[in-house]
Amino acid sequence: MKHLVILGAGTSGTMMVNHLIGKLPKKEWKITIVDQYKTHYYQPGFLFLPFDIYTTQQVKKDGRKFIPKEANYIQKKIELILPKENLVKLEGGEELPYDILIVATGTNIAPDEIEGMDGPGWYKDIFDFYTYQGAKALRNKLREWEGGKLVVHITEMPIKCPIAPLEFVFLADSYFKNKGMRDSVDITFVTPLSGAFTKPKATKALHYLLEEKNITEITDFNIERVDYENKKIVDYADTEVEYDLLVTVPTNMGDALLERSEMGDELNHIPTNKATLQTLDHENIFAIGDATNLPTSKAGSVAHFEAEILTENILHYIKGEPLKEEFDGHANCFIETGNGKALLIDFNYTHEPVEGTFPFPGVGPLQLLKESRANHMGKMAFKWVYWNMLLKGTHIPFVSANMSTKGKHFEKMES
Amino acid sequence: MEKLIAQRTISVNEEGYLTDFSQWTKEIGEGIAKEQDIAMTDRHWEVIDYIHDKFQKEEPLSIRGIKKSGVINIKEFYKLFPGGPLKKATMIAGIPKPKSCI
Repeated sequence: MKHLVILGAGTSGTMMVNHLIGKLPKKEWKITIVDQYKTHYYQPGFLFLPFDIYTTQQVKKDGRKFIPKEANYIQKKIELILPKENLVKLEGGEELPYDILIVATGTNIAPDEIEGMDGPGWYKDIFDFYTYQGAKALRNKLREWEGGKLVVHITEMPIKCPIAPLEFVFLADSYFKNKGMRDSVDITFVTPLSGAFTKPKATKALHYLLEEKNITEITDFNIERVDYENKKIVDYADTEVEYDLLVTVPTNMGDALLERSEMGDELNHIPTNKATLQTLDHENIFAIGDATNLPTSKAGSVAHFEAEILTENILHYIKGEPLKEEFDGHANCFIETGNGKALLIDFNYTHEPVEGTFPFPGVGPLQLLKESRANHMGKMAFKWVYWNMLLKGTHIPFVSANMSTKGKHFEKMES
Repeated sequence: MEKLIAQRTISVNEEGYLTDFSQWTKEIGEGIAKEQDIAMTDRHWEVIDYIHDKFQKEEPLSIRGIKKSGVINIKEFYKLFPGGPLKKATMIAGIPKPKSCI
């Protein structure tokens, strides 16, 4: 009996076990999935939790519900991967030998990378919203906050869902307007990039949103430390930004398991072939989702497209066939812009987000790179799609794993 | 587009970054630095050497990488190339602007 082991039961790991369980011959292959945590979080919901748009119950479910019964599901901490011995060691000494390993251990915030960030101010006037705990603590803070300087800040790239911090400021603008206290809140967006959006064309097309919502933008800010006593963030050029409430996106790092196993890069992400999803160092180890070092967004939609291609490649690998070099970095993201509207962007390794229609060329119904209520409805509907289709590996109709250029307004193709 | 610098014609993109590294010389680097109001010293060139080394190995450049490089600390990096040190240093080095935008 051969053994395929999946490490991590988040978005990617859960999708992979559901894809593979029906495709690998049951008489020859056993599939094991390992994750130390019982709860599966709907991570896109963390954006909405601080503003009381979603409840805590809407963003978490028992992970077991989404793992097929035929799979061996182990809830234990993973101690070490020993790639030369094809072995995974779990907490308590249990050993899992594998023929194929899929690493889907994701990425986490590392606030301790910046001096003063997770000090006495942490969860008092400094918050993250990339964890369940952070988003919930921030919700409680916002419920009673009386206003002042709100600073929303990105520490360094890459981060999970790179557009989320900007969505956060848009939603904050709406939230304070609805509470009738927008006049007593200054909103400042601070980024290490040269523009608020991560892609140049989107920055150009969408800059009006910041102006319209009266949001101050500070770019090229590389944080050195948080001065929590004087409530300001300081960058290497000695620029200072004062805050009353700091919502930061700390450095994102892959799981410490990868550092312990000496398999990660400087941010503990695994060097991975960007087209096949095979790791660069070990041919029987594959990686997916936020755990990889791929030069595309760390996002659930990316993981979803990767899962379809990785499933095919695992089957090719088992048959001894060449892997398909097919993954193009495809990402498809709804961007909340506040007031019940959203944008939709669709891009990949080589194509920036542009205007157009999606998923049907020339028809839509969704408009790319333009604000609309339909896009917002799409984003809200996505929660249902996530729990009921995406995790189960059901193909989302009309949305292909590779990006389509049809119905889009490209000026020129870039490489 | 084309640009005349240090008595040579080089190709640059709209932001002023060289589009063909083979056209780069130390004099061209010096000329670009001058346009940025930076007078190159040995210390500056040590950083440019490090950047060329990373470029040739196809390793991405980042502030974090500079921090760990052992060549220079970030404070000094900012003093040498005021403003956006990584953007300015790569322009002087004749390589593309780092893409940390993902």
